[in-house]
Amino acid sequence: MKKRAKSNGKVVADNDNFMQLRLYVAGQTPRSLAALSNLKRICAEHLEGKYKLEVIDLAKNPQLAQGDQILAIPTLVRNLPVPIRKIIGDLSNVDRVLVGLDLRGTEQDGAKASQRPSERRLGAKA
Amino acid sequence: MPKRQKALELDVPLNGEHLNLQLPKAPTGIVGLDEISNGGLPRGRTTIVCGGPGCGKTMLAMEFLIRGVQEFNEPGVLIAFEETPQEMERNVASLGFAVRKLVDQKKLYLDFVYVEPSEIQETGDYDLEGLFIRLQHAVDTVGAKRVCLDTLEALFSGFSNEGVLRAELRRLFRWLKERNLTTVITAEKGENMLTRHGLEEYVSDCVILLDHRVRDQISTRRLRIVKYRGTSHGADEYPFLIDSQGISVLPVTSLELRHNVSNERVSTGIPDLDEMLGGEGFFRGSSVLISGTAGSGKTTMASSFVNAACQRGERCLYVGFEESVEQVARNMESVGIDLKQWRDQGLLTHEAWRPSQYGIELHLLRIHKLIESVKPQHVVIDPITNLVTGSQQKEVYSMLVRLMDYLKARSITCFFTNLNTDGEKAEQTDIGISSLTDTWILCRDMELNGERNRCVYVLKSRGMAHSNQIREFVMTKEGIRLIAPYIGSGMVLTGSSRLAQEAREKAEALLRAREIEKKQEALERKRSALDAQIKSLNLEFAAEELELENSIKQELLSEKQLELERVEMNRVRLGDSSLGNSLEPARALGDSK
Repeated sequence: MKKRAKSNGKVVADNDNFMQLRLYVAGQTPRSLAALSNLKRICAEHLEGKYKLEVIDLAKNPQLAQGDQILAIPTLVRNLPVPIRKIIGDLSNVDRVLVGLDLRGTEQDGAKASQRPSERRLGAKA
Repeated sequence: MPKRQKALELDVPLNGEHLNLQLPKAPTGIVGLDEISNGGLPRGRTTIVCGGPGCGKTMLAMEFLIRGVQEFNEPGVLIAFEETPQEMERNVASLGFAVRKLVDQKKLYLDFVYVEPSEIQETGDYDLEGLFIRLQHAVDTVGAKRVCLDTLEALFSGFSNEGVLRAELRRLFRWLKERNLTTVITAEKGENMLTRHGLEEYVSDCVILLDHRVRDQISTRRLRIVKYRGTSHGADEYPFLIDSQGISVLPVTSLELRHNVSNERVSTGIPDLDEMLGGEGFFRGSSVLISGTAGSGKTTMASSFVNAACQRGERCLYVGFEESVEQVARNMESVGIDLKQWRDQGLLTHEAWRPSQYGIELHLLRIHKLIESVKPQHVVIDPITNLVTGSQQKEVYSMLVRLMDYLKARSITCFFTNLNTDGEKAEQTDIGISSLTDTWILCRDMELNGERNRCVYVLKSRGMAHSNQIREFVMTKEGIRLIAPYIGSGMVLTGSSRLAQEAREKAEALLRAREIEKKQEALERKRSALDAQIKSLNLEFAAEELELENSIKQELLSEKQLELERVEMNRVRLGDSSLGNSLEPARALGDSK
């Protein structure tokens, strides 16, 4: 477990539900700031105490982009639990963020969700 | 852009020198590509390399980068979207490029961009700043001058928001241009477009199209510069090859006819043929075509030429499409030409392969490579006709033209043989190359009196006085001799007819000689007879002379005696006392008479 990056969440020993998140941004752009605040809100609502978040500023550490295969900014990477998930964009669509993070109990198949977002959205509303 | 134009206006004096102000170019180092692109890819700009799968896009891009590092000291960055750096490394390792070393030396930076749509969930606004950051990081790490993005279009499968993607691509190309990075982008060929996603919309400086075609079971790769803004370039489709040394765009041909010509002459290896060609043989660096039917002595002629060149210590390349190396060597021994010794001495490089072994381009490439490594002064291709079996006539023609250009540009004498099939017009070649050659020698068979004899004549030889004679071509153990055929009473006699005629002439000459001899002998005899006669007369005369002299002596003696007697008589008659005494001797004298 890495402890070098700044963490906004509380570290909990329960590994089953523990979620390790990294948010990649590039400088203090409005979009990055929006993504960070959206993420914080989502985490507070759905992941209280069960996550660890690193925010990586690629403008400062460009070499870190390669490891997680970052192209789009902002990108939220869920390293744990596996499989790895990537959520790109400013995280303004909360439903899709939740789907991407497998936080919708009824929707386990995240991969399918990403391929057919419109259907998923309808399902989420229902 | 306006700034750039202004700079141009200021820099360019209006005296035509602006023609020299070419677009700055980054040489690729790829054999042939720099020639047809007049110096390389546009420096500081983006080039699209497009084509179907497996046509060599990635290879071209990689070679551009690697040669950039190795030959021009321009570090490069490769962003691979489809293959991992390890795979890339392996791919080019087969071409002898040690990528790992260049990466370790910080001359080359490899980054693999992995786009997996199933892992990505799009939620709201985003851009591709991450790609820019990685690119910037890569460029900064090695100080790159060259960038290659292979295959950028993979992004289209990873992101569903095409609007964002296109905006970002536009930004990317601008970004690359601003940093003066010479970039190669590979892209799959689209249905009706050059690239599947229309990247050429954004990049319009240079577009190279690669193609991979199979015809008659022989595959050929082709390259065409579809567009190259602001510069002249070869617009044709050029065949290219990927082999153990990377890409070679073929042929390396000059777009203009600008060869240096030599006034130096080289022997044909056949003194009699030299004689027919103004006494000195071919021009060095000229093109020679020997055409003839099967068995008319083309290979022997070529071998003689090679033999003579090697004797002068010059290097030759002999490419055969019909006979194996050893077979030619053995056959040539029968006419007193030892090719093996030249091979052993390294003066002759003799290669033979079947024309159907490769497509025409590979033939050309192999010949080119041999020329590059052997650096010969003379090249023999025997025969060019066979190439047609492996390819199309038109292609063979263009290959030979290019080969000729290539050789001429290097002042290498090219010696082609051409097989004429029976019944075909002799004064024409299958491939139609005859008009391009400088010297054209025709070997042909003449049938007369139930035999076939080889004849040779010089059909043309540019720039030199040459014989108009048809000579008989005789192969002897000491090599080839060209014998002037018997020409008389409106008839050209060759072979045994010529021999018969010559024998007849010889006999007549012999007869005449004998006649003269005979007459001379007669004269001699007459002279000796006369001499003998003179001698015997002389002898006779001498004998008579002696006799006469003797009798004269006798006469003189008896006269003297008489005188003495008269004196005695007088004495006796005058003395009384001695009368008796004096009578006695007188009587005695009279008795003795």
